[in-house]
Formats: sequence, C-alpha cells, structure tokens
Amino acid sequence: MFIALLVLTILIVVWGVGAYNSLISLKNQVANAWKQIDVQLKRRHDLVPNLIAAVKGAMNFERETLEAVISARNQAVKVGSGGDVSQIAAVEGQLTGALHRLLAVVEAYPDLKATGNVGQLQEELTSTENKIAFARQLYNDVATQYNTKQRQVPTVFVANMAGATPAPLWELTDDAERAVPKVEL
Amino acid sequence: MEDAVDLFSQQQSNRVRSRLLIAGFIAFFAWLGFGGDWILWQATLGAGEGAYRHAFPWFGIALTTVASIATIVAWRRGPERVLWSANAYEVVDPVNDDERRLVNVVEEMAIASGVPKPRVWIVPDEDPNAFATGRDLNTAHVAVTAGLLTQLDRDELQSVVAHEMGHVKNLDVRLMTLLAALVGAVTLAGDFMARMLRGGSRVRGMSLGGGRRSGGKKGGNPLLIVVLVLWVLSWLLAPLISRLLALGVSRKREYLADAMSAQFTRNPGALARALHKIEHAADPTRSMKKGSAHLCIADPLGRSLTNKEGMFAELFGTHPPMAIRVAKLKAMAYNQDGGSGMGDVG
Repeated sequence: MFIALLVLTILIVVWGVGAYNSLISLKNQVANAWKQIDVQLKRRHDLVPNLIAAVKGAMNFERETLEAVISARNQAVKVGSGGDVSQIAAVEGQLTGALHRLLAVVEAYPDLKATGNVGQLQEELTSTENKIAFARQLYNDVATQYNTKQRQVPTVFVANMAGATPAPLWELTDDAERAVPKVEL
Repeated sequence: MEDAVDLFSQQQSNRVRSRLLIAGFIAFFAWLGFGGDWILWQATLGAGEGAYRHAFPWFGIALTTVASIATIVAWRRGPERVLWSANAYEVVDPVNDDERRLVNVVEEMAIASGVPKPRVWIVPDEDPNAFATGRDLNTAHVAVTAGLLTQLDRDELQSVVAHEMGHVKNLDVRLMTLLAALVGAVTLAGDFMARMLRGGSRVRGMSLGGGRRSGGKKGGNPLLIVVLVLWVLSWLLAPLISRLLALGVSRKREYLADAMSAQFTRNPGALARALHKIEHAADPTRSMKKGSAHLCIADPLGRSLTNKEGMFAELFGTHPPMAIRVAKLKAMAYNQDGGSGMGDVG
C-alpha cells in the first residue's frame, strides 16, 4: 500500500515538473515574440528616413504625403521610447496609415514605378509591413497557446506556482488602421 | 490548437528516427565487417600451421570505424553536400530585385514561424522547385530554383518558403538530409564492393575450399555457407536498400508542411496556386540528384508514381499526389473565407 502511494506521488511530481516547465517555456516564448514586434517597429523607424530620401527627387509634387510620413514616424519614435502599449499601438497605426497612403499614391503614377528606386521602395515597404504583421501574428499565436494551456485541466493546477497570467493579445486599437486609406487624386 | 500537437510529435519522431537511422547505418556496416571476419575465421580455422589464420577482426573494426566517420561527416557536412550537389549558390548580399525579394520573404517567414533566419541559396535551374536542408533550427538552409523566382508572384513565393520553413521547424530536414548523405555513402561502398567481388571470386573459392577440407570436424559448414551468402547479398543489396529507405520517408510529411505553410502565411490559396504552377512546369528539375528528391517541395524527377495512391505508392513515393495537396489547401481556403467559396484560389 505504501509503495503504491509512493509511486503515485512520484508520478504526480514528475508530471508536475513537466507541466511547470512547459508553462515557463511558453511564457518565455510570449516575451520573445513581444520583443520581436518591438524590433520590427524600431526597424521601420530607422528605415523610413532612408526611403523618403531615396524617392524625394522623383516625388517632389507629393510633398504632403511625404511630410505626413515623416511626421508620423517622428511621433512614433517619440512615443515608442516611453509610452504605454495603447499609445504605441496608436502612433504605430498612424505611421502604417501614412505609409499605406504613400504606397497608394505610388500606385497611381505608373511612370514613377518604372524608376528603379521607387520599385525598391515598394518592396521594402511591403516587406516591412509584412514583418510587423507576422511579428504580431506570431505573438498572438504564442499568447493564445499560453493562455489556453494555463487554463486547461490539469495544467491549471500548477499555473499559480508557475506565475502564469494571461497574456494580452495585440488587437487593432486604432480605428484609422482598420479603415482603408483613401487616395485623393 | 492541433497543429501544435502534430508539430511536437513530428519533431520527436524525427529526432528518434534520425538516431535510429544513424544506429542502423553503423550496425549494418558492423554486420558487414564482423560478418566477413567471422566467415574468414571459420574458413581459415582448419588451415595448416604456416598458413594465414584469421584471428583478429580487423575487417569489422575497420568498417565500423569507416561507418562512424561517414556518419559524423554526414551529420556535420550533410547540408553543404546536398547544396553542392545541386550547384546552389548562396545569396549573402542581394544583387538584383528578385534576390532582394527572396531575402525579404525568407526574413518574413522566419518571423512568422518563430525560427531563426536560415541561409538562403539559389539553384540555377529554370524549373520551379525548392528544398530545405540542415540539421537543427540554427543551421538551416532554404534553397529555391531561379525558375521559382521568376514564375511565382510574391505571395506564392512566400507560401513556398513558408512550406520549407515548416520542414525546418519540425526537423524533417535533419532526417532527410542524413538520409541523402548516407545514401550517397552506401552507394559508393556498394559500387566498390561489387567491383571487388567480380575480381575476387578466386579468393572466395579458396576459402570455401579450405572450409570443406576441414569440414567434417567443424560441422560449421552449412552455417558458414548461409552466412556467406547473406553477407554477399548484403553488399550487393545495400545500395538498393538505402535508396528504398530514402524513398520510404513518409509522404505525410508534405501534408504537414503544407498545413504549416498555411498557418504561417494565413494564405492557403497562395500555396495551392504555387503548387499548381510548379506541377505544370514542363521539365523535371535536373539539378536535383536522385538521392535528394525527397527534400524538394515537388518531385523533381517527375515520376508518375507520385500521383498514385495505394500501398506501393505509399512505400516508394517521395511526395503525395499534387492534386490531393491542392485540394486540401483549397478546403482550408474555403473554410477561411467563411464558406463563401469566393476566394481567389486557382
């Protein structure tokens, strides 16, 4: 009888260790994915001035669009260094909007696209937006996995010990980002 | 999230199978070596005083050592060898728009899959195809043909790269690269031995003769003959068996990689279109040698076996039928669209 209890206890402990470790692993993956979003946002901040400089010559008549991008970018850099998540999401959303408008404008001028610089600009902007989108997607996927696991039986019993709290999902906070940018010709 | 369960079990299965493959490979060569030693020992037992008596199993030790070295080399250099045999060149600094796009797409998929960015290679072949190779998440390579870059649009290219990242993430690349490298080693050894046997039949005759002279006392003759036959067969069949092993790598891996691609890109329709284009390209991909066929996204040899179902096809086909892969992806896209069926799928 005593042996059976001992074996049972050992089994429970072994399971407990495994569950605890998997929660910790997921928690770190969530933190890592969050950092990845940060990395991509900062990368975009660094990229924008170079891209604007590259096309300024060809797009002199679109100064408003270009200036909107520059100011949105500067705003994002300012908020990014100290603001909270919702503020960051708001200004990054505005920068995304400004960049989408710039891309839409480029689409409207087929001659522009023929110049090599502008073609590269489109590719770099597309890639940057994709990277931010995928970073957020990865974060949401991992966060969902983490949230689900910590609420499921039987892992829920070790969740408190592992310090597992539900991770917030990255949602679109800015209505402007949901809206399709209008092209004013 | 059932994909997570499949991914984890697939990773485990690949780790275990890689170890089994290495162990089996070394064990096979040990059998070849020590078997030969035992045969020679039996054959020279009754030999006269001054004649050669095979006492020390140097053949077995030598072959086992060679096999171990081959395994280490396959482990360390396998990926580079596959890339070299395909004539691939690495993209370190993109020189044109196509390469820039490829590098960007690989970086995007590295982010989406949560895998460190792999090294990017291009195979100078006009036929669209792609493969991945490597041994773990940190030493992975993704290669595409020049034809793939020109014939697919950005979304389709992204989905193909995502499929390859899926293979990297679930460690298919480890098992498949090991197989490719070891198949090459066994083929070399088999060719060598076949040539030796043709020229060395006189030697065989002598050992059998020696056994017969002392046969009555030993009583080990039938066993000796049996072992000898098995041993010779092993040498002759080794290349064939190893190629069968390579073919038999489960076709189901491709379905899982397709599903992972859809998960990473959230765009199953793009992969369906890409596979459709790849399938309908005219030529086989000549750059991919037979031993590496299982690494590619589509069968580079264009074999008709690929499109068949049934047990034989399951055992010897490297890729599942393309029509079924496309159908599964379209079903995913249909579900994603909310069942409206109005998505832009091929």
